[in-house]
Amino acid sequence: MRHMISRTSLGAGAALVVAAMLCLVHGQDTAGTTQPADPQTIAQGKYLVYAGDCVACHTAVGGAPFAGGTVINTPFGKLLGPNITPDVATGIGGWTDDQFVRAVKYGIGHRDHYLYPGLPYIYFNKVPRADILKIRAYLATLPPVNNRIHADQLPFPFSIRLGMFGWDLLFFPKTGDYQPDPNQSAEWNRGAYLVQGLGHCAACHTPKNLLGGDRTHQELQGAVVNGWNAPPLVNDQHTGLAAWSADDIETYLKTGHNAFADSSGDMADVVTHSTSHLTDADDKAIAVYLKSLPGSGVAPLAPIAATDPAMIAGGHIYADECAACHTGAGTGLPLIFPALAVSPIVQAETPATLLQIVLHGGRSVATTTAPTASAMPAFGGQLTDQEIADVSTYLRNSWGNAAPAVSAEQVAKVR
Amino acid sequence: MARKLPHKDVAIIGLGWTGAILAYELSSMGLDVVAIERGPWRDTATDFPPAWAPDELRNVIRLGLFQQPAQSTVTLRNNLNQTALPVRKFGSFTPGNGLGGAGVHWNGMTYRLMESDFNWRTHNTQHYGAGAIPDQMTIQDWPMTFQELEPYYDRFEKLCGTSGKAGNLQGQIKPGGNPFEGPRSSEYPTPPDRQPYTPTMFAEAATGMGYHPFPIPSGNVSQSYTNPLGVTMGQCSYCGFCDFFGCGNYSKSSAQTCVVPALILQKTFEARMNANVTKINLDSTGKKAISVSYFDDNGEEFEQPADLVLVCAFSFNCVHLLLLSGIGTPYDPVAGTGVVGRNYAYQCTSGVTVNFPDKLLNPFIAGGAVGMSLFDYNGDNFDHTNLGFIGGGVLQACQTGGKPLSQLSSLPGDPTWGSGWKRAVKNNYQTTYALGTQGAVQSYRDACLDLDPTYKDRYGSPLLRMTFDWHDNELKMSAYITGKLAEIGKAMGAAQVIPHPRKGPYTVIPYQTTHNTGGAVAGDNPTNSVVNKYMQSWDVPNVFVFGACAFPQNVGFNPTGMVGALAYWGADAIKNQYLKNPGPLVAS
Repeated sequence: MRHMISRTSLGAGAALVVAAMLCLVHGQDTAGTTQPADPQTIAQGKYLVYAGDCVACHTAVGGAPFAGGTVINTPFGKLLGPNITPDVATGIGGWTDDQFVRAVKYGIGHRDHYLYPGLPYIYFNKVPRADILKIRAYLATLPPVNNRIHADQLPFPFSIRLGMFGWDLLFFPKTGDYQPDPNQSAEWNRGAYLVQGLGHCAACHTPKNLLGGDRTHQELQGAVVNGWNAPPLVNDQHTGLAAWSADDIETYLKTGHNAFADSSGDMADVVTHSTSHLTDADDKAIAVYLKSLPGSGVAPLAPIAATDPAMIAGGHIYADECAACHTGAGTGLPLIFPALAVSPIVQAETPATLLQIVLHGGRSVATTTAPTASAMPAFGGQLTDQEIADVSTYLRNSWGNAAPAVSAEQVAKVR
Repeated sequence: MARKLPHKDVAIIGLGWTGAILAYELSSMGLDVVAIERGPWRDTATDFPPAWAPDELRNVIRLGLFQQPAQSTVTLRNNLNQTALPVRKFGSFTPGNGLGGAGVHWNGMTYRLMESDFNWRTHNTQHYGAGAIPDQMTIQDWPMTFQELEPYYDRFEKLCGTSGKAGNLQGQIKPGGNPFEGPRSSEYPTPPDRQPYTPTMFAEAATGMGYHPFPIPSGNVSQSYTNPLGVTMGQCSYCGFCDFFGCGNYSKSSAQTCVVPALILQKTFEARMNANVTKINLDSTGKKAISVSYFDDNGEEFEQPADLVLVCAFSFNCVHLLLLSGIGTPYDPVAGTGVVGRNYAYQCTSGVTVNFPDKLLNPFIAGGAVGMSLFDYNGDNFDHTNLGFIGGGVLQACQTGGKPLSQLSSLPGDPTWGSGWKRAVKNNYQTTYALGTQGAVQSYRDACLDLDPTYKDRYGSPLLRMTFDWHDNELKMSAYITGKLAEIGKAMGAAQVIPHPRKGPYTVIPYQTTHNTGGAVAGDNPTNSVVNKYMQSWDVPNVFVFGACAFPQNVGFNPTGMVGALAYWGADAIKNQYLKNPGPLVAS
């Protein structure tokens, strides 16, 4: 067992996909010492596992639930999500409750080694011990799966775990349990707790520094993760959520779709495994909290003139290839075809998701409440880099949108 | 030796409209359901992406989405004295294949039967006397009423998002709708499609003549719509590639667009594709189905045991399977006995070519069910006294498309080849239009389906033999209503009006319609029908049969609305009656 380590990513998140918890371990006593929890505690723990989207990192595609093996790509290398089933030899069945809490809340493994922050302990630090133990209680009810995971696949020097000691000093404030703001409503505080804590939204949506630590002064202001935009969750007019009401956000979290957008990519996984399972009240609380965030303060750009040659060329391409679904006014159709007007994805400073989807197509998420899973065909085969650049520039600067022009070189890099 | 598979609660044969509806209804209540489909899986986005140019050669000329004769075909003869020959290229009708079935490539016209269609024999006897129905005409009443079925039409339309305008809302006649329809419980789920130029001219002329034109109830939805299953459709873009094509804009009511996204989230549903069912196996009593046999694409045979078997294939393929499985007594047209294969019917389509040299008709601004129609010459909406026929058909100006291979038109006197033909076709493209009818076909003692004595399919089973020709009633009907349609064409101000009433004999070569009906008809007792009012086999009560094969005779408009309503009607009977007490739902 030496290397069973754990996990996680590094630098947090900078890339990670959403992550989860991991923890690992084994060893010592406890394995049968914990009494089985009562059904209510187990149910609460299961709900918290949804809120933390633990599946994302701990259940491999086609694999047994929570038996690990999911590949988590980070800018520093690859990690594998560990096995968190109660298997004593390869899962967490041998851990004490204290070891579990230390791993989740402080990033310290059961053998006192430093975990990588692919396990988003810097956010889970805000989760009270009681909630973490409910999660444990639920995980203890899973069938144990013998599945040895060598979580740490990182290259030297990142493979030296001791490095995380310094990383934690720099980037892990250890503020402890979430402290409610007495000036805000209970709903707002619930939302803040979910966003900042178990939901670990910042893992993707907060930009990272070179070492993978959060740029905390830009919290939730958007980042590019694995070549896709994790758009700003703050209320910027063009690139953020200013146009969305709290109801729009709630609907999006619940169903993966709303009047503006249809989630795809990593966020589709978050909807599938996490937010669609939350209560309406919790999705609403998240929405209320996000709507309270100020904008980034970055001044909006002026749109490129409609007379610009790229805009004219792009407009023709748009009419031919795009308008049938997204409509001539760029409004899309609710729940099925995303709006391009007022779209943070379309107007992102770096048009990562936009180019990915135009070039390669995309498929939105299917949820029980919105099962359509509408898709966008790939246009990479029939439009040149220049044409895709022009139409992208057009839709980034039409219908009130404003964003930098896109070059053929940018398209070529994503192609 | 067939490989025997683990038991399922329900085996569904065919995953088109009816199979998908039944699969959703039964799997969503927790039953273990497997759908076994001869053709491939299909998905709106993957199979019909709007980034692809519509390929008319592949889809219309080579019938890319359709049943291929190599899979199975029918043999055809015009009368009982002929030797039937195999149809080696589908032409007159084109059954579907694969997920969605014929509902993938239909136009989307979603009509309901009229009240008098349900008691068709009784109605005509009462109005015109028993003598109006010739001895050889074997029409009969449906075993249920319009009022019983109305809630199920409503459910199917709400599944489809049908665009239209009510003409009879809870007994109130509404202007702009079809005043001949039975009372509707609610408006259509979405407003009518906006009409192109020619259907607008048609409606204006017809209104001026005292007729009652209305927007065709359309599965090309007029606006974005989310159905009760949670599935969202997009607004029709009038691309003009509807029939023979699948819709990639999520705009055409189809199983793959309206049902399957919700169906595949059901944990107890499984679809088994490229699996051709060849037989329903019965126990030793012959009164209980125990399994279905099918072959996969590698030629390996499987046996799927199930408690309940739902036959949801295309109309005449359902009849074929019943005959191959020994379910019900085969019909004998000479003796007039038996029921399976009895009352096969078709539709008697016709057209009127109209030409407007000074207009631009823009036929490419189109949708499969975008158009105006009228029912003034349908059913018994007009006096048939001394006309020599019963029944009628819809008259319509439907703008299905301006496809460059299959929808070019020639006028009398145009050159038939070379540069002269090219010039004529080019001129006609913007100025010539085909108005159409869909005429009802009554059922007859000598129009039927049975097993061919000579020709076999790829599994060694006898092909289905179709015996069919037009009868005087239909030819007179077609001449009459086509004449009425030509009068409307004249009133539209057309320079040329060229009627093409249907003429005999029936031939399988030119495309006419895929509205094949009958052969496993519904009725009130086992001597006149294969299934009871709930689509349950009289002979094998754990077999239900869905589709247009249940029609006792055909109607003068598209059958899909009725097929969808019967699927929901049968589903409710299974859920609320059969599952609680398995056995015959109607005493025989």
